[in-house]
Formats: sequence, structure tokens, C-alpha cells
Amino acid sequence: MSASPMSDFLPVTLTVNGTAVSRMVAPRTTLADFVRTDLQLTGTHTGCEMGACGACLVLMNGEPVHSCLVFAIQADGAAIETVEGLTERGAIEDLQRAFHERNALQCGFCTPGMLVTGHAILEKGGLPDREHIRDALSGNYCRCTGYEAIVDAIERALREREGCA
Amino acid sequence: MNAPVHGSTAFDRPAHVGRGMSRPNAKRLLAGKGNYVTDLALPRMLHAAFVRSPHAHARIGAIDVEAARAAPGVRLVATGEDIAKLCTPWTGTLDHFKGMKSAPQLPLPVDKVVWSGQAVVAVVADSRAEAEDAAELVMIDYEELPVLADLDTALAPDAPKVTEDFADNLCFRSALDSGGVDAVFASAAHVVEADFLFGRHTGVPLEPRAIIADYDASEHRLTVHHATQTPFQFQDLYSRHYGIPEARVRVVAPDVGGSFGVKLHVYNEDMAVVGLSILCRRPVKFVADRLEAFVSDIHARDHRVHARAAVAADGTLLAMDVEDETGIGAFSTYPRTSVVEGNQVIRLIGAPYRLEGYRAGLKVVFQNKVQTSQYRAVGHPIACAVTEHLVDEAARVTGLDPLEIRAKNVIPDTAYPCASLSGYKFEKLSHEACLTKLRALMDYERLRTEQAELRARGILRGIGIATFVEITNPTPAFYGIGGARISAQDGAVLAVTPSGEVRCQISVTEQGQGTETIVGQVIADHLGVPRDIIRVMTGDTAVTPHGGATWACRGAGIGGETALQAARKLKTNVLSLAAGILQAKPADLDLVNAEVVDRDGTVRMSLAEVARIAYFRSDTLPDGAEAQLTVAHHFAPKGYPFAFTNGIHGCHVEVDAETGLVKILKHFVVEDCGRIINPLLVEEQVRGGVVQGLGAAFFEECLYDQGGQLTNGSLADYLVPMSCEMPDILIDHVETPTLDTELGAKGCGEAGTAAASAAALNAVNDALGPLGARLTQVPMTPARILKALGRF
Ligand code: FES
Ligand code: FES
Repeated sequence: MSASPMSDFLPVTLTVNGTAVSRMVAPRTTLADFVRTDLQLTGTHTGCEMGACGACLVLMNGEPVHSCLVFAIQADGAAIETVEGLTERGAIEDLQRAFHERNALQCGFCTPGMLVTGHAILEKGGLPDREHIRDALSGNYCRCTGYEAIVDAIERALREREGCA
Repeated sequence: MNAPVHGSTAFDRPAHVGRGMSRPNAKRLLAGKGNYVTDLALPRMLHAAFVRSPHAHARIGAIDVEAARAAPGVRLVATGEDIAKLCTPWTGTLDHFKGMKSAPQLPLPVDKVVWSGQAVVAVVADSRAEAEDAAELVMIDYEELPVLADLDTALAPDAPKVTEDFADNLCFRSALDSGGVDAVFASAAHVVEADFLFGRHTGVPLEPRAIIADYDASEHRLTVHHATQTPFQFQDLYSRHYGIPEARVRVVAPDVGGSFGVKLHVYNEDMAVVGLSILCRRPVKFVADRLEAFVSDIHARDHRVHARAAVAADGTLLAMDVEDETGIGAFSTYPRTSVVEGNQVIRLIGAPYRLEGYRAGLKVVFQNKVQTSQYRAVGHPIACAVTEHLVDEAARVTGLDPLEIRAKNVIPDTAYPCASLSGYKFEKLSHEACLTKLRALMDYERLRTEQAELRARGILRGIGIATFVEITNPTPAFYGIGGARISAQDGAVLAVTPSGEVRCQISVTEQGQGTETIVGQVIADHLGVPRDIIRVMTGDTAVTPHGGATWACRGAGIGGETALQAARKLKTNVLSLAAGILQAKPADLDLVNAEVVDRDGTVRMSLAEVARIAYFRSDTLPDGAEAQLTVAHHFAPKGYPFAFTNGIHGCHVEVDAETGLVKILKHFVVEDCGRIINPLLVEEQVRGGVVQGLGAAFFEECLYDQGGQLTNGSLADYLVPMSCEMPDILIDHVETPTLDTELGAKGCGEAGTAAASAAALNAVNDALGPLGARLTQVPMTPARILKALGRF
């Protein structure tokens, strides 16, 4: 996906959802475009391409990053996990169930990013109150739900993991 | 909420309608397996980028595309002239708006640009990046023209014209007058008045607009994958403007990442992409990036209103008199126009209340900005804020409590049917019941006591109330009578499959509201099968019958009734076939839980067995037995021109008078959307709508400079509500089903947006009142609040 002739491409080797991947990429290709286009992992979305909306969040070495702000070549050697990977290894099954039952999504476009943030909140553990959950979600825009159902779903998954559902 | 659906028989007690059920189709989205147009890639697909005008108003001179044509990966560079050869122009007027005017539009302009960001030249290349690189090489000469960037400039008597052929910059004017208004004002004990400003804002669906046009010259056939609410409208438009027979045009709207009205209008780029595919003979994709979305998606609102109300000494509202001026950009949007919002503003003002007199004027004005048009709750937030602010002012001058003055003046629940002075006919509304419930939901008296206590300690809390009526389920009175080929009816094909499952192909569409879920619930009850054997398909003109699709809160009311009637029809066929097989009378049988049962509930045979015989052993059927296990059915709303809904909002805020920051503590809604099919989905529609309304109240505004340049067109600069700024939202319901349909459902998608900003405005003014400050402009930014406090 670039104007550059092949000679301008750079090699990148990384792990995506547990699988080793080696590709030649144009230096300007973002990690978001790389996973969406080169790897056809379209669960990661782009809503602003400037780090504001959070639709493009993926895990890079376990930490949420805005894949629209990272160049693919910067992910060389990294372990990337997208919503597809988290889903397949069952890491967010409880969170997804809570989202589904609480109807914490409408169009679903923000949802993969919300799940990545939600996963990070769950991994941190403890029982943050609603205000903390709302703060933690503030890098994720949702235009459809009004957020409350998302906060509810994350709160419920937290309680379940803490064994106090 | 589990009241039986009227008309249900003893057999098919509703098990689904009225229950909060989660959405089967949401699981896919949760797994990252959504199928959005932005995700889609077709073989040999090319990508389009557009060269956009840097000027808000300029004549187009020479265009040099040679360098762009020679750039790597470029397949086509097309100008306005190139595409004008393929596509006929369009004009965004409707006949029932008498005297309205707008200039014809083409996909890309041929003579001048009329807003900054308007697409001028298209570049098609192997990748989006190559198309964007080449677009930078296109050289366009412009001769700048005077820019009309605001209402006053455009309305000045000697103003230059946005369209030279027109005598003025007025798209449309309208006036309403019940008569006798001046006399009422002259004798009223009090007159309250205000000047309001409502900023321009925009929908910001999180997935920007996306389209892939795929023209196949061998069959003169066009397939468009289009992130839209209204695939049939676009099938019709692509067919007529590009001269391709309707049956050869297919529009597919897969998962759509939010729309809120934004994705049902004709956009220049989208129309151009069809032409680009015809010229390239290959699929061409265009996805607006966020910056492009801000300068090309429709905007909404942008109203300046002067309003006054005549009030009796005892707080009775007597009359209202309003003038609305709204700036809509350089064209009226096609095919739904840009005057519907203003028209609804002047017709909805005062609508919840009994009035003796009403007068309103409307001016819809062209300017050099991107078009405005229908976005969630069209006109309602403006009408509601104007009305409800005046009601609060009336309460203030007469010493009444805001809830008291509303209780005193709303149309009583026993007064229906009745009509507003602006001509809207109300079947049955429930303002009084909603007010009573809101008082309890908010624990109003406690909030007032707390407010007084905190005020003594210098903490400024405010409580704002706003009643509303909402237009849902429009008949052809909305668009059809004006000549627009926008359907007010919907259609469904409903079938029992060979395995005894149920497939429904229905013309209403899904953008996450839960359309498919509620259609399934209605069918489950009225056919008599479990929800999980029903598959509902939407969003493809090649798959479902023609219909209006989803807008103006018509999915549940019209789509739901279509499904109900189709299910009844199919059930009749199933039972008559089963009666033939069982040698019984159809009237003695029913279908319950996908089984044919006797009156006493004894199971006679399964639906799967009926289907097996119908599809594979028709030889065993008795003579004359009809095995019609697929039915097609259309439903068009009749009776009242619109199914009005109503409700009331409460907003509780705390204002920091030092910083101008507002903390929204809680928001409350009591709404009456008629029969509730799925309370879980209704409440989430309301919450999402409230937050968009609070966005308009506090954050969202498209800011322009005097040169007509949008100065905050990015998601870093244009503020949308974030989770940390939003409150929990408490909701309660009153259910007044419409008797125009058997289902009784109205709409709920706009109830949240309609009144949230009005309640917020009243809440902030309630907090600031003791300091003598008053705001009548949204968004209520910290700077504006400090200005109102005289501190800035
Ligand atoms: S697309 Fe990366 S933050 Fe919006
Ligand atoms: S569900 Fe649509 S943006 Fe969040």
C-alpha cells in the first residue's frame, strides 16, 4: 500500500496474535494499516488516524498502543495482539459476554478498541469504581452507546474476575 | 413492560415482544469480525482520493493534471467535466416546500467551488497512498470570490450571491400564524424573550463514510458497497443519474459504523466514485478520512432564533412568537433537502403545551459552507431548547417551580386526540404521566433541598427540565408528496426454510440499533417460533424488497409492523397447510414454539415436518393444499401522518464559576415510545441519544473563520463527549401504543437527543441564576459560561 518502489521497502519481523510474521513494508505504513491490509486483521479499526479515538488500539508487548500512531517498522521484534487474537485465545471471553448481555455496543466500530482497553483494566485487577473506569475509557470514543453500558459491562467483568459477581 | 401485545391469541402469548434481549448479530462485532465497507477489498480494486478546494468561494480556472497522471500507480485523473458526461445533475428541492430553491449539483464542480473542502478533481490509483500523493500534484487555478461565511453577510441586501442566478441567498422562507398573536401579547401580564444561538455541529459516526463502486461493463451492471442507512434510495439515485436500469443496480450496506442521519444523503464524492468505476472499469473505493469527513459530511443545526412568550399572571402560557434563521451551506442537500430542520423547528416549538396563539417565521439561508441536513433529532433540540428556556423564564417571572409550570401547561393526557397550533396532529401523548414519573425518578424535592443547602456553601448546582414531542414513523407526507422517491413503506419476505427454520429478508436496515433483533422478536411471537431459529437479513437491495429503511425512527414502528403482518400471513399459510395434512380445520390449530398444536395445546406436528412435506413430499399433500411457505408483504403507515412520541428530561449539573467547567452529575429521561419491543435496546438508544445531545450542549461545534475555513476539523480539535465527562443516565418509561398499527410501537432513536441539550441549558441557567447570569447559546463552553458570569 505505498507509492514507494519495492527497493524502498524495509523488512519487518514481528509476532502477531502468536504467529511469527515477516513482511516488507513501506516505511510510512502504520501498524494499523499493516494489520488491516497486509494481514487482513480488520477487527482493528481506524476512526481518526491521529491518536484521539482509540478505535485502533492493539496490544504491543502487552500494553495498549494506538496502532495508527506506530509505524509497522517500529513494531519490529514486538509481539502484537489484536482483538482477533484476544478472542481466539479466550482472553476476553467474559468481557465479550458482558458486553453482549449488557448491549454495550451498537454499531460495533469502537468495540475492538473498547475491548483492548477493557482487557487492560481487567489485567490490572482490583475493583476500580465507575469513575475510574470512565477515566480509563476516556481515550476511547463511542458515538453510539453513551458509554454507560460499556462501563457497566467492564464493571461486571471485573466483579466476576474478583469473584464477587 | 410484559403486557400482552393486543391482538395476540390465547395461543401465542408474547414471549419475546416486551423483553430485553441482547442482539444475536452483536457477537460477530465483538469478535472483531465485523464486515464494514472500510474493511472490504475487491479483486482489482482501485482507490480514489480527491483534490479539495482551499477556498470557500472561487471560480475554477485552468486545471493541470499532467503531473498527477504520470505519477506512480495512477490509473485515472478525472475532473468535473469528465464525470459530468456520465452523471446527470441533481437539485435538492422538494415540491411541498413552496418556493424553495437550490442550484443543480454535479459530482465534481465544473465552474466554481462554493465551500472550502469541496472535492474538485478525483485521482484513482492502485493504493490510497499513491492516489493521495498524485492528488498533491494537481494544479488548479482559482479566482477568489467574496465569501459568505455567516448569516448576516448572506442576508445583507447588497450581499454577493452564492448562486449568481438567484435574486438572493434565501433557499426557503416559511411562516405560520394562528392569528390574534399580537393581541395576546398586548394583554399578557408578562412577556419573556430571548435570542438563541445554536452552533453548527456534525454527526461524527466513528466509521467515516465509505463506498466501493463496482461497475461491470459486460452486463452494464453496477454494484455499490455503501455504508449507508438507505440502500434503496441510493439504488434509485445511482440508476437514474447514471442511466443504469434499476434492476441492474445493487446497493449493499453491510455493517455500518454509525450513521445518525449522516449516511443517508447524497455526497459529491460518493456519486463521483460511481463514475470513476465506470471510467476505470474496475472497482473503486473511497473512504473519507476524518479530516475529509469534517469538511464534507453534512453538518446540522446552525440556527439563530429570536423567541418570546406571553404569560398570564398565574403562569399560564398564552402564546409564542419566534423567528428562526438557519444557515445551510451553498446547496440544499439532495434528495432530502436542507429545509426540513428549520421546518421542524418552527412546527415543534411550543408543541407540548396548550397555547392560544402561535406565530413563527423561518429563513433558510445559503452560505459558503458545507451543506447542513438531517442529523439525529432533526430540528427537535432547537425547538425544545427555545420552548423550554422560555418556560423556565415564565416560571421565574411568575414564581413557579419549573415542574409546576410544566404540569400546569402541558396538554393534559385526557385531551387527545388534538393538534398543535402549528398543525401537527397528536394521537395520544402522555406528558402528565411522564412528568409524574420524572419527579419520582429524580427524587426532585430532595435535589432541590440539596441544591439550596449546597448553594449556602457556595456550590452551584442546577436542575434543568425539558419536555419534548418527537416525530417518528413518517408517512409519505414527509418526502413522498414532495416528489422524492423515498419510500414510506417497507417490505419483507418471510419464509419457512426446508428445515423448518425461518428466514426474514426485510427492507429496514441495521446500524447497531438492534433492528434485526426486534424484527426477530416480533416474528417469534406472531409466527409462533423461538427467536433463535429466525434469521433476519437486511441491507442489500438484491436480497430484500424495496423499502424506506431506517431513518426518522421508523425501524421499530414501520419495520416491526411489516414483520408482524408478514408473520401473520405466513402463519395462516402454515396452519392451512398443516390442516390439510392433519385433516383438521385451520381455526382449530395454532403454531406455538415451532409446533402445530390443537386448541388444548396438544402437539400435532412440528413446523419442520410441515416444511419437509411441503418442500420434498408435495406428492403426499391432499388435493388443493397450497404449500406457500414463503410470503412477501409490504406495510405503509396510514392514519396519522406521523406517530408522535413524547417524554421529559431532567439534567443535574454542578457549575464551577471560577473555571466555567460543568460537571454533569446525572441525567434522567422518562419517555413514551409506544409499545416497547425490547427495553434493553430502547434504553441504549435513549442513552446514546442523550450523550449526542449533551455533546451539542457542551462541546460540539464546527468553528469557521471569516474566510469560511473550518478551523477545528479534526478529532483532536472538535470535541466529542468522552466517557469521563458523561453521567449515568436514569430512564423510565410510559407506554402509550399507537392504535394505527397492531404492534403499537413508535420510535425512540431521537428521544435522547431531542431534549438533552435543552435540559442541560436549563440546568446550567438554574445553577447560574442567583449570580444573574444567563446563557442562550450552545455549546455552553467554559469561555461562554465565564462570559455570561462577566468574568471573561
Ligand atoms: S484511529 Fe488511532 S486513535 Fe483513532
Ligand atoms: S458502538 Fe458505535 S461507536 Fe461505539
